[in-house]
Amino acid sequence: MIRTERLTKQFQTRKGQPPFTAVNDLTIHVEEGEVFGFLGPNGAGKTTTVRMLTSLIGATSGFASVNGAVIGKDDTKIRSTVGILTETPGMYDRLSAEKNLTIYARLYGVSDVKGQVEKYLRMLGLWDRRNDEAGSFSKGMRQKLAIARALLHEPKVLFLDEPTSGLDPEAAKLVRDFIEDLKTEGRTIFLCTHNLDEADRLCDRIAIFKKELIAVDTPDALRQRLFGRKIAFHLANVDPTWTQMILNLGFTKDLQVIDNKLVVSLDNPEEQDPIIIKALVEAGAKIQFVGELRHPLEDIYLQMIHNGNSKPEGVQHV
Amino acid sequence: MFERVKTILDKEWNEVFKNKMVLFTVIFMPLLFTLMPLIMLGVTSGDPSMAGETTDMPAAFTAACENVSAGDCVQIFMMNEFMLLFMMMPLIIPINIAAYSIVGEKTTRSLEPLLATPISTVELLLGKGLAATLPAVFATWLCFGIFAIAAPLIGASQAVVSYIISPIWLIGVLVIGPLFAVASVIIALIVSSRVSDPRVAEQISAVVIIPVLAVLFAQIGGILILDVQAMILGVMVMLAADIGLVALAAQLFQREVILTRWK
Repeated sequence: MIRTERLTKQFQTRKGQPPFTAVNDLTIHVEEGEVFGFLGPNGAGKTTTVRMLTSLIGATSGFASVNGAVIGKDDTKIRSTVGILTETPGMYDRLSAEKNLTIYARLYGVSDVKGQVEKYLRMLGLWDRRNDEAGSFSKGMRQKLAIARALLHEPKVLFLDEPTSGLDPEAAKLVRDFIEDLKTEGRTIFLCTHNLDEADRLCDRIAIFKKELIAVDTPDALRQRLFGRKIAFHLANVDPTWTQMILNLGFTKDLQVIDNKLVVSLDNPEEQDPIIIKALVEAGAKIQFVGELRHPLEDIYLQMIHNGNSKPEGVQHV
Repeated sequence: MFERVKTILDKEWNEVFKNKMVLFTVIFMPLLFTLMPLIMLGVTSGDPSMAGETTDMPAAFTAACENVSAGDCVQIFMMNEFMLLFMMMPLIIPINIAAYSIVGEKTTRSLEPLLATPISTVELLLGKGLAATLPAVFATWLCFGIFAIAAPLIGASQAVVSYIISPIWLIGVLVIGPLFAVASVIIALIVSSRVSDPRVAEQISAVVIIPVLAVLFAQIGGILILDVQAMILGVMVMLAADIGLVALAAQLFQREVILTRWK
């Protein structure tokens, strides 16, 4: 659905000065119906990438296509078929919510303007406030209105730049739930966010980006790549001989004892967990419960932003 | 294409006319410029002392109105200056609206979502340009019509009324005025797309009034006497200027530059 090949964007700052590279050699493929997280620090080039992919600005070199339309060639088609929620979405503050959406529905050439406007105002809980000026809305309501605006023409591809930034927890949850609903409708969503927990929950795959692509994969695959998978065996008590017994099984990559827990790094817990459980039970251990420890996405993000795609040294916190 | 232009026009008017200051500019100034010459005509009509005032008029002008009475000549001289104000009206009125149109969208952060729609640059500029030009032109024509109808009713002589609706001023108000409006709107749009503060846009755009003020003062000082030939020349000059400005605006209005360079 979205394809980029060595996409690069440079800005000329001053004459005689070398150009500033905002995006360098970006190659990604986003599948239809996928929620793709695009993570990176401020100034990483996320907004520039979104602007290129929505045909707001041109690329310096490389290739990109959205829904089969090529950036720089089919720009009007791209702008007709994608929806965008910009980082700071401005509204026409003196106009009502309904009027704001009506203007955009007409600009997008929506056939049933009234019906679409009503549909999204109702869906986002703004119908009762439709006649109020957008300037009187809270930040959360403005964000909802901006999301409605991005969806009026039923785009197959949606670009969301920091959709929950600056929202209170309740409004942020509402927006996240709405994105999940959109996901179930089969839309392709390109999500730029600083909220790593949000990316972890919503995204099928994430790209970590800082002017160049650092890594792209599912959150779990990135976890495994960097930290392996850690399984915690909660026991009634720990016998010191059990650690060596587990290490002798041969497939354990690392083992720590934390209180009454054995924390074991495994490549394939689905197959290896039962073997360990069996060994522990035969050794007389009372297993209370077993669970997988997940590194927060924040650990992966920080590791990759600071150290690139290399594995961390030593054991990370659990 | 026209649906999108109409949408921009509709949006601009809905937004702009909710601003009382803009409404004031569009309504009050034309009314003032209409009332002033009417009051002047009302006060001076039938006043015998006006005949003596011809001695203070530029010699070139007194020579130009040799077939009318001295009193009418003084009134015609005064109307000459007010008629220039009618020509200036469409130049001044739209500056406020046009100067705010792009930079206003930038400051309220609504420009990026707008540019992300399938609207073309031509449609956007046309919509915004017409939204500023049309009210100014219609307000001017309406006020000129009111003035031309009211002048004889308050005592202006046939000679003075004939002068008001002579080809010179019909060309001036009905043709050159709108051409002035187009020029000022394009300049204001160019400025508006290049600055980041609406106040700066208005200040810079207001500079377009200077050449017309020069014509006004040249006429008061007797350096320039406007006749039909001069007006036709004015039409041609303004047409050329407008075409050049449209080409310049199309070249300067680049979405990427506006979005990324002027924040």
